[in-house]
Amino acid sequence: MQKTLSQPRERRMWLTRKRSRQVWAYAFILPQLLLIAGFTFYPIIMTHVYSLYEWPGFGPLNDFVGVQNYLEVIRDSLFWNAFQKSFIFMAGTVALQLPIALLLALLLNSERLYGRNIYRALFFIPVVTTSAVIGIVMRSIFATHEGVVNNALLMSNLIETPIRWLSQGNTAMLALVIVASWKWMGIKMVMWLAGLQSLPRELYDAAKVDGANYWQTFRFITLPLLVPVGIVVLLFSIVDALTAFDLIFTMTEGGPGFTTEFMELYIYRYAFTTVAGGLPQLGYASAAGVFFGLTVFLISLVLSLLARRQSRLKG
Amino acid sequence: MDLLKRLKQLPLHTILLGVAIIWIFPFIWMIASSLKSHREFLATPLSLVPNQLMWENYRRAWDSANFSQYFQNSVMVTVSAVAIVVFLSALTGYALARVDFPGKRVLILAYAATLFIPKGYTIIPVYQLIRRLGLLNTIPGLVLAEAGGAPVLFALLFMAHFRGTPKELDEAAEIDGANFLQTFLYIMLPLAKPMIATAVLLQFMWTWSSFFTPLVLTLNNPDLRTLTVGMYAFVSEFSTDWTGLTAAALISITPILILFLSLQRYFIEGLSGSVKN
Repeated sequence: MQKTLSQPRERRMWLTRKRSRQVWAYAFILPQLLLIAGFTFYPIIMTHVYSLYEWPGFGPLNDFVGVQNYLEVIRDSLFWNAFQKSFIFMAGTVALQLPIALLLALLLNSERLYGRNIYRALFFIPVVTTSAVIGIVMRSIFATHEGVVNNALLMSNLIETPIRWLSQGNTAMLALVIVASWKWMGIKMVMWLAGLQSLPRELYDAAKVDGANYWQTFRFITLPLLVPVGIVVLLFSIVDALTAFDLIFTMTEGGPGFTTEFMELYIYRYAFTTVAGGLPQLGYASAAGVFFGLTVFLISLVLSLLARRQSRLKG
Repeated sequence: MDLLKRLKQLPLHTILLGVAIIWIFPFIWMIASSLKSHREFLATPLSLVPNQLMWENYRRAWDSANFSQYFQNSVMVTVSAVAIVVFLSALTGYALARVDFPGKRVLILAYAATLFIPKGYTIIPVYQLIRRLGLLNTIPGLVLAEAGGAPVLFALLFMAHFRGTPKELDEAAEIDGANFLQTFLYIMLPLAKPMIATAVLLQFMWTWSSFFTPLVLTLNNPDLRTLTVGMYAFVSEFSTDWTGLTAAALISITPILILFLSLQRYFIEGLSGSVKN
C-alpha cells in the first residue's frame, strides 16, 4: 500500500532532479559555447557568406557577385601556385618526418635505455619552441654570407661558394622543409613511441622462438601492427604542414617571388595587405579560404575515418 | 652486471648523443650568438664560446626594441586566455560527462569537427567580429580571439576524464546538500588536477606561441604587440642587428623552455594523450 503511494512521488522527484540537472548542464556549457560560436562557428559560416561578395573589409556588404570570386580564384595561376607549393611542402615534410621519427622512436624504445627521458626531452625542445621565433632565427642561420649553415658547409669543403638559400625558390623550399621537419619531428617520434609501447609482448617472444631475426621481426610484426598509429602520424604531419603559416611567413614571407607562398599566405596577402596598391579583397580571400579549409577538412576527415577503421580491424 | 649492461649501450648512446647535440645546436648557437659582439658574430659565426660576454645585447632588445612591453603583453594575453579556456573547458567537460540532455550528441560532434579547422579559414570573420565589437587593437580583443579560437580539445578531454571518476562521489555530495555547481567546484575540480595541469601547459604553449591572430589584430599598434609579432617586427626595424635578434629570441622562448624542461613529462604525455583521443 505504502509502496504504490510513494512510487509516483519518487518518480516525480527523480524527474525534477533530472530536469534541474539538465538546466545546470546547459548553464555549464553556455559560456564556452558562446565563445566557440562567436569565434569558430560564426567565422566558418561568414567566410562562405563573404566569399559571395565583392568587399574591401569595410563599408556595407551589398555588392553581391555570386560565385564570381570562386571563378576568379580558379583562374588565378598564383592560387594554383600556392596550392601546389603547399602540397610540395607537405610531401617533403611527410617524407622526412615519418621514417626519421620512426627510426628515433625505435632507438629510444629499448626498455633499459639509460636516460631515455632526457633524450626524449631533447628531441622535443623544438616542438615546444615558438614557430615564429624559430622562423626569424632561421633567416639568420640560412643567411648567405654570415649564416651558420653555409659557414659549416664551406668549412667542411662540401661546397665552394655559399648557397643563396633563401633567395632562390628551390633552396628556400628545401630550407623550409628541413626546418619544419626538424621542428615537429619530436611529436611524431613520441607518437610512434606510444605506438611501439602498445604492441603485444607475446608476439615478439613467439617470433624469437621461431628464430626470426631483428629485421624479420620488424618487417613482419612491428611494421604491420604500427599501421593504425602510422595513419595518425600521417594525419598530424599533413595538418601541421598545411597550417604552418607562422614558420613560413616569418622565415621567407612567401618569397622569393611567390616560390614559397602557401595557401594561408596567399589568403593573408589578399585579406590583410593592399595587393598592388589596391584595397584588400576580403570576398576574394574568403573564397580562397573556403577552398583551403575544405581541402584540409576533407583530408583530415578521410584519414581519421581510415585510422578508426584500421584500429577497429586490429581489435 | 648493471655496469656491463650500460657499457653495451655505449654505441647506441654515442649515436643518440651525437644526433641530440646536432638537434639542439640551433639553441646552443642562439645562446652563444646572443652574447657576442656584432663584430665577433660576423667573424666567427660558428664558434660557441664568446670572447667577451655582451649582456648589452639583452639590454638593447629589452629596452630599445621594446621587448619589455611585448613580454608584458604576452604574459597578460596568455594568462587570461589560459584561465578562460581551461575553466570553461572543465565546465563543459563536466556537464557532458554527467548529464544527458537533448542536443548533447550534436554538440560533441560539432566540437569534434572543429579540431582541425585551420586559422586561415576563420581569420577574416574573426577580425571583422573583433573590429565590430570595438576591440581591435586592444588586449581584451586579443584575449577573446585567442580564447574563442582555441581548439575545443580540452572540453572533450575533460569529458573523458570526468567519465572516469566514480559517480558515487557526486551522489554523496548531493546527499550532503551540495548543488551541481558546488559539487563541481569543491569535489570534482580538485580531483581533476592532473588534467588541469595538462590543459594549462598545452594551452599556455599554444597561446604564448600564437602568431597569426596577434599579427592580424595588433601589427599596426606597436604597444600591443606580443612577443611573436615583436620578433617579426624586429627584423624590419633593426634588420642587421643579429646579436640583438638572438637575444630577443631567447627572451621570447625562455619562459616556455623553462616550463617545458621542468614539467616535460606532463607536456609529452599530455600531447601524446590528447593525440590518442
